Amino acid sequence: MTETATLTRKDFQSDQDVRWCPGCGDYAILKAVQSLLPELGIPKEKFVVVSGIGCSSRFPYYMDTFGFHTIHGRAPAIATGLKTSRPDLDVWVITGDGDSMSIGGNHLIHALRRNVGIKILMFNNRIYGLTKGQYSPTSEVGKRTSSTPVGSIDPPFNPLALTLGAGASFVARSVDIFQQHLVDTLRRAAEHRGSAFVEIYQNCNIFNDHAFAYMTDKANRESQAVYLEHGKPLVFNGGAQGIVLNGMRLEVKDLGNGLTEEDCLVWDETNPLLAQMATQLLPPEFPTPLGVLRAVEQPVFEQSVGAQIQNEIDRQGTGSLEELLSAGDTWKVG
Amino acid sequence: MTSTASVHDGTDGADVAPEQLSDVVIRFAGDSGDGMQLTGSQFTNTSAILGNDLSTLPDFPAEIRAPAGTLPGVSAFQVRIADYDIHTPGDVPDVLVAMNPAALKTNIGDLKPNGILILNSNEFKKVNFKKAKYEVDPREDGSLDGFRVFEVELTRLTREALAETELGNRDKDRCKNLFALGMIYWLFSRTMDNTIEWLGKKFAKKPDIAAANIRAMNAGWNYCDITGAFQVRYEVMPAKLEPGTYRNINGNSAAALGFVAGSRRSGLPLFLGSYPITPASSLLHELARYKHFNVTTFQAEDEIAAICASIGAAFGGSLAITTTSGPGIALKSEGMNLAVMTELPMVVVNIQRGGPSTGLPTKTEQSDLLQVLFGRNGESPMPVVAPSSPADCFDAAVEACRIALRHMVPVIFLSDGYLANGSEPWKLPTVEDLPDLRGNFASGDDLDDDGQFLPYRRDAETLARPWAVPGTPGLEHRIGGLEKQDGTGNVSYDPENHELMTHLRAEKVARVADTIGDLEVHGDPEGGELLVMGWGSTLGAITGAVNTACDNGLKVSRAHLRHLNPFPKNLGDVLSRFDKVLMPEMNTGQLALLLRGKFLKDIVTYSKVQGKPFTRNEILAKIEEMMEVGND
Ligand code: SF4
Repeated sequence: MTETATLTRKDFQSDQDVRWCPGCGDYAILKAVQSLLPELGIPKEKFVVVSGIGCSSRFPYYMDTFGFHTIHGRAPAIATGLKTSRPDLDVWVITGDGDSMSIGGNHLIHALRRNVGIKILMFNNRIYGLTKGQYSPTSEVGKRTSSTPVGSIDPPFNPLALTLGAGASFVARSVDIFQQHLVDTLRRAAEHRGSAFVEIYQNCNIFNDHAFAYMTDKANRESQAVYLEHGKPLVFNGGAQGIVLNGMRLEVKDLGNGLTEEDCLVWDETNPLLAQMATQLLPPEFPTPLGVLRAVEQPVFEQSVGAQIQNEIDRQGTGSLEELLSAGDTWKVG
Repeated sequence: MTSTASVHDGTDGADVAPEQLSDVVIRFAGDSGDGMQLTGSQFTNTSAILGNDLSTLPDFPAEIRAPAGTLPGVSAFQVRIADYDIHTPGDVPDVLVAMNPAALKTNIGDLKPNGILILNSNEFKKVNFKKAKYEVDPREDGSLDGFRVFEVELTRLTREALAETELGNRDKDRCKNLFALGMIYWLFSRTMDNTIEWLGKKFAKKPDIAAANIRAMNAGWNYCDITGAFQVRYEVMPAKLEPGTYRNINGNSAAALGFVAGSRRSGLPLFLGSYPITPASSLLHELARYKHFNVTTFQAEDEIAAICASIGAAFGGSLAITTTSGPGIALKSEGMNLAVMTELPMVVVNIQRGGPSTGLPTKTEQSDLLQVLFGRNGESPMPVVAPSSPADCFDAAVEACRIALRHMVPVIFLSDGYLANGSEPWKLPTVEDLPDLRGNFASGDDLDDDGQFLPYRRDAETLARPWAVPGTPGLEHRIGGLEKQDGTGNVSYDPENHELMTHLRAEKVARVADTIGDLEVHGDPEGGELLVMGWGSTLGAITGAVNTACDNGLKVSRAHLRHLNPFPKNLGDVLSRFDKVLMPEMNTGQLALLLRGKFLKDIVTYSKVQGKPFTRNEILAKIEEMMEVGND
């Protein structure tokens, strides 16, 4: 076992040249993950990074851990088999919006439904990068790309609503360049028992530059993002504004004039209805929610699988191959 | 029915002394709700315990519940029992039990002339003739004249036998198959004890149902005994099988046990990723019951996830398998390619059925051979192992595990619906005689001199790469679907390296041939006029046909391929020693195409794609045609 106490970010950097476009948001996410993993107190050889296909899915090559760069959309399925058969491993899935929301949608929702103990980081850049810039299932309507020269017509997925709908026990959102928030969010995901889904807004400066500038530009950061923190009121814009619950609706209110933090909605990451409401906080009307939308304890798939096996061993004893082969009606000849 | 000697031993009170038969074929046919599979299985198990050699052929409809009484709803179970070594479930039944007009219509064409036909006369009424598309009552139009017809009021007699029970008519009628079984037990002088015991266990929680079934069976037996309906009675003596302990087993059960054995002999946990599909699902059901053997079964969201989960488990160090049929293989091909590229060991099980597309889900075919060999993008070699009989599915499964683990390669196990559902006596193997598959993982000692780990460094003999499972300190490495640099396993787009790796992957599979032994020729190994060559489930029919041809004085040899990739090393040599090669295949000539291409040898294809296995007589006729019997 490697000495976990002495692990540093450098221990998680592989000898491979990083091949993303200069300026790509993926660099910041790689840095965040490489900073976080040494702090988790887990031996390095226990980490496995599994990815699908796309720019983001090159990620495992840059991590000096066990890694598996699989096929398009299938990473959650492969990670499910790995984690189910090897619960001792710490399995991270790296995927993108095309990989996980389009070709791999089925595997994503089923991994979350089962609550397999894997951490799924979805880099959402709202575009296909590796195949050179087609619109993706998270692109906004009207997106003009090489495959939609007069604009896309199909509405995008709301990844957080989708994954909550699939029954995910942990759903969060962060942003590539909000480094500290990203590391903190990933730490929460790492510590969660069961599936954790983190949508990470990631800028593709080649094919979809400024996709999140409405929120990430210095001038907008305060006014366009609201941080969800369990037990704390939803206040943003430097305390000038808050979100209040009015009947079944969330509303943005200017604070002051008798309206204080205490009138704002107190965030509860265990409340499924609030989580679904938060997914509908869409720009420009609302600030974009960042942080943990949902974190609840649910039975963990690989543990339940292991428990069933152990129960049967306790009940029937460890199977004997001789007995199994000669089970049922047998007869002797000669 | 092959009659041998008549023995008069005055068996228990029956006035009719049993006539000894050497070989008999019985087919139970009825509506899919009539319990024909159960009836046939019970007769089979009892015969197995009595020591007969046997072979079975279940035939059920694709629809779960087609409308009662209609032609698509007919379900049948054929069993052949014999006092000698047999290879097929029989070409033509000697006895047909038809529970309704539809069952009669779909099966009467196969019954042997002068064969015994038992009809449930209560079902022979207008409404059922219409459902079976009979214009007139078939009992009255002379079409059954060539058979010994026994009309029995199965429904009424069963109800009467159960008159004193609390059951309603519906439940009573569900016992009429046991009445029929009791009759057949009487006719073939079999004990009912095994079925009585089995019913007791099966309906342990519903003792009234168990009692009713037993009562119905007894009533069927007594009916024959008292009325003397048949005038004849038969007996089939035990077969002289090789000494050993036997059990009756079907192909999918044998394969399931083979995979558990592979797991035990390798010391690796077994992981099955699967998605329900006919006729492979019973493998999933069976393995799901072996949790105490450290078997994990994972029912995935689709075929793709099923193989992908298995690949993940293989990466993690499990003995990984995935089970499906042809349509599932189509979906799994990119996963299979990933396993080829990452050189991970696993077994992909294809229980073939009629195709293309959804095809004939419950019928058998051998038409996925070229699919599993070539149905993937790129040059993607995979070893293929094809079992040749239900019991052989065990050995073939162990063999597939052996190749996967020793050669670090995904392997195809290519069975079919006929083997999956058919059954025969299986001589139990001795566990210690199974191959030792232990010792698979790379360790921290496998580093290079400079302390580097090379995930694609190759074993000098097999070219296998090391299996470095996550959790092993010092062996951290990355694999994936992109082309690998030889040795380091790093992504490489280098043209020469790609060519090298393409050849290495092919050579690695080719070297499996070093460990599979030569193809055996039965008959004249020196060669001759005609070789009948086959693969997979055609073994029984080919063996039967060739043996009969030889008995008739023809000089015919046969050989059967179990390894379809790579071929045994002497295959080309064997083919060259015969003037003519006949290849019966349940496809339009897929293996023949390969052999022609590889060995430039003309092969005569005998194709059958009816969803049914070859009969011995079909192949025999073809042999005679090729040997020009009767032409000179
Ligand atoms: S194409 Fe876009 S997402 Fe891909 S590496 Fe370049 S900047 Fe990053």
